[in-house]
Amino acid sequence: MTALIRNRRTGKIRVRKTQSSNLYMRGVLLVLAAITVYTLVTIDTKGADIAAASAKTAEYFWLMLTQPKAVPSHFGIQDGGGIGTFFSALHMLGITLALAFLTTLFGGIVALFLGVFAAGNLTNKKVSNGIKSFLAVVRAVPTVLWVLIFAIGAGLGSVAAVIGMSFHTISHLVKAYSESFEEIDEGVIEALRASGANWFQIVFQAVIPSSVSYILSWTFIRFEINFAVAVAMGAAAGAGGIGFQLFMAAGYFFDIREIGFITYLILAVSLIMEYLATRLKEKYHIHNGA
Amino acid sequence: MNSLLTNSEGAGTYLKSKRIRLFLFFVGLFAAAALSMAATNYHIEDSFTAIPKVIVWMARNLVPDGKSLTRLPKILDKLFETVLMSVAASVSAAALSFPVALAGSATSCKQRWLMYSARGVASFFRNIPIVAWAMIFLLTFGQSPFTGYVALFFASFGFLARAFIEAIDETAAAPVEALRAAGGSYGHIIFQGVLPSVLPQMVSWVLYMIETNIRSAALVGLLTGSGIGFTFSIYYKSLQYQSASLVVITIVAVVLVIEAVSNKLRRLIL
Amino acid sequence: MALLEVTSLTKYYGDTAALRDISFEVKKGEFVAVIGPSGSGKTTLIRCINRLIPASDGKIIFDKENILNLRGNALRKARAKIGMIFQHYNLVERLSVIENVLHGRLGYKSSLEGMFGVYSEEEKEKAFNIITLLGLDDYVYRRCDQLSGGQMQRVGIARALVQDPRMILCDEPISSLDPSSSKVIMDYLKKIQKEFGITVVVNLHQVDVAKKYAQRILGFNGGSLVFDDEPGELSKKQIYKIYGTEAGELIID
Ligand SMILES: Nc1ncnc2c1ncn2[C@@H]1O[C@H](COP(=O)(O)OP(=O)(O)OP(=O)(O)O)[C@@H](O)[C@H]1O
Ligand SMILES: [Mg+2]
Repeated sequence: MTALIRNRRTGKIRVRKTQSSNLYMRGVLLVLAAITVYTLVTIDTKGADIAAASAKTAEYFWLMLTQPKAVPSHFGIQDGGGIGTFFSALHMLGITLALAFLTTLFGGIVALFLGVFAAGNLTNKKVSNGIKSFLAVVRAVPTVLWVLIFAIGAGLGSVAAVIGMSFHTISHLVKAYSESFEEIDEGVIEALRASGANWFQIVFQAVIPSSVSYILSWTFIRFEINFAVAVAMGAAAGAGGIGFQLFMAAGYFFDIREIGFITYLILAVSLIMEYLATRLKEKYHIHNGA
Repeated sequence: MNSLLTNSEGAGTYLKSKRIRLFLFFVGLFAAAALSMAATNYHIEDSFTAIPKVIVWMARNLVPDGKSLTRLPKILDKLFETVLMSVAASVSAAALSFPVALAGSATSCKQRWLMYSARGVASFFRNIPIVAWAMIFLLTFGQSPFTGYVALFFASFGFLARAFIEAIDETAAAPVEALRAAGGSYGHIIFQGVLPSVLPQMVSWVLYMIETNIRSAALVGLLTGSGIGFTFSIYYKSLQYQSASLVVITIVAVVLVIEAVSNKLRRLIL
Repeated sequence: MALLEVTSLTKYYGDTAALRDISFEVKKGEFVAVIGPSGSGKTTLIRCINRLIPASDGKIIFDKENILNLRGNALRKARAKIGMIFQHYNLVERLSVIENVLHGRLGYKSSLEGMFGVYSEEEKEKAFNIITLLGLDDYVYRRCDQLSGGQMQRVGIARALVQDPRMILCDEPISSLDPSSSKVIMDYLKKIQKEFGITVVVNLHQVDVAKKYAQRILGFNGGSLVFDDEPGELSKKQIYKIYGTEAGELIID
């Protein structure tokens, strides 16, 4: 029988025995909080008046939300035409979606191939770990830098954008695909092997077909992410599309209401995709844990 | 299965319809790809020439030289600033996300309208492109590290709020029910039931957010002229690729270290 | 004397009736088992009694108060007098046994004290005594995710007991346990009822267990109360009435 632990000084019964996990948790929280406070106290604002700028931000935000409006000439429409502007904006949106689609498609094909070799139950540990560590390095480079690096070789544009955006896509999908391959019952693979199937037959007849719905859901989830990435690349790496329009509206024309208009368009697309992705996640019990 | 084997005609049509569906799927995929390539001016042959070209070019130019190494202290300084910014943005966004997540989780919120509004707010903030945040804050706060921080803060807020809502829904439902049944007040339920149950998951998400924010900081920095992204763009635009590559290498090193530390911490706090 | 008096209790989920016009009484210190097929409304009944879910209509008088009219602090006070034990234990698994047991005191605590887990020495002693009573004294400071199912359920019972309850409600307390742990748990529940005079209402899937432990059995079918009598009166015919002919035959074998 263990006795109660009492506080040495006060003699009170202790409720919480100090456990290492609790200590680490407290340590992590303390360190993070300290870094945050230090950063916020010392951060360089370059003399900006925070109160005034915050008020201005709120005002702009309100303007964006309540009075969105596009300027036709910014969308290459010469004579008036609200409808023409709207269709031109939709066209830009389509370009961004197309960039996201191509990235997801090419990235997905490469990832399917690498995913088979990264799955621990289909190859040996060395190959699988090798691919995983290589992809960890690939993932550590921000997407925008990948795009800019490829722009040196291919010029700014859709080719550099798609190749650059593919890296994180591949890294993400290889992880997702290989994990779903690893979930396949070991017995199924054993049975096929026993019946004389070779490695290719096992992969193409059993492994991929039985995880096809996971593959498709994860690919769609990545497509949703890639849409947001493509918007960002349009703005920061000259990939074109609606992201570039957003960049122009804000950085060149200084038109808050147009930022609002474009933001609404992007929001509409991403909310629809988020809804679909959520439905897929619920259907296949996918958890995207940290 | 048996009926399929004996009824060969049935099996035939079954396989045929499956094959037709597969065929249609690939036709659709090809059509969409062709359309996308046309819309974006994508020449597939360019991608095949570009990749080897870039690899050769990378091997030749992206190796830091002596001059770029003298810039290392300056680069590390900016990188340090960026890491601090990412931590601060992630942690302060988490502090705001938690109450929103409490309102947005079916477990901790019994008012339907409040729950749906909180979820709406989370979704709204999560889906506003980070570029829009960066550009607006650039207009109002000017070019400074603080602007980068605020942009990362808002982008993180929506993401974390949603992640926390899911965490509470998944792990806190059972204890919340027990504390309610024992006569606990709302404060008791949150502090004694929800918080201890979800804290490890929340910390795990914050660590993930820090990693993500360091990468996003490069993007935000390019747009708002702050942190490591700005440093990279200066070297990149002035064609000093050796120095630009040193920036990339230091980012990779920092991200890998932070990832390793996070994974270690995740195991320790569980 | 009736401790719990349920009159014309009705519960709808949308259009489906989960409880139809239920009336019964439970005497102070009685051991009552609730049986019935899956979906017959057992869980719904238990949860209506301590208002974890709102009833649609009827009256639930517990200790001379109509539970359905209570709000805020009065509802908390009433819930504090009713302990609850769950099939899946519903513990905060990362906290220690004693911290989980002390959660049973929250119904008596002011907001701030409870939020920060400040308990009096008497409360802690009491929690420790109950933990010892349930044979968990070796695990006082053990995290609950390191306990077996049977041990976790005993923590659940301790948490209910520390409330000083007049009545304990149990929703399938042994459905996730192996036979020997199940017996341990049922024996503790019986002991609580016998030695402390606490009323026990327990949902069960096992008719033989209900017959062995309960003084009275309530049988539900499709949301209606179709049997309310002593275990001795639970004839073949009555079992068919509760479970239907097919399932009933399996149960009787
Ligand atoms: N949250 C809910 N929403 C809608 N219907 C519900 C809900 N909870 C229960 N029901 C329905 O109410 C009826 C009674 O359910 P209840 O959970 O009380 O049954 P039970 O007797 O406890 O079953 P089991 O033995 O499987 O636990 C069932 O028809 C069930 O489908
Ligand atoms: Mg039930």
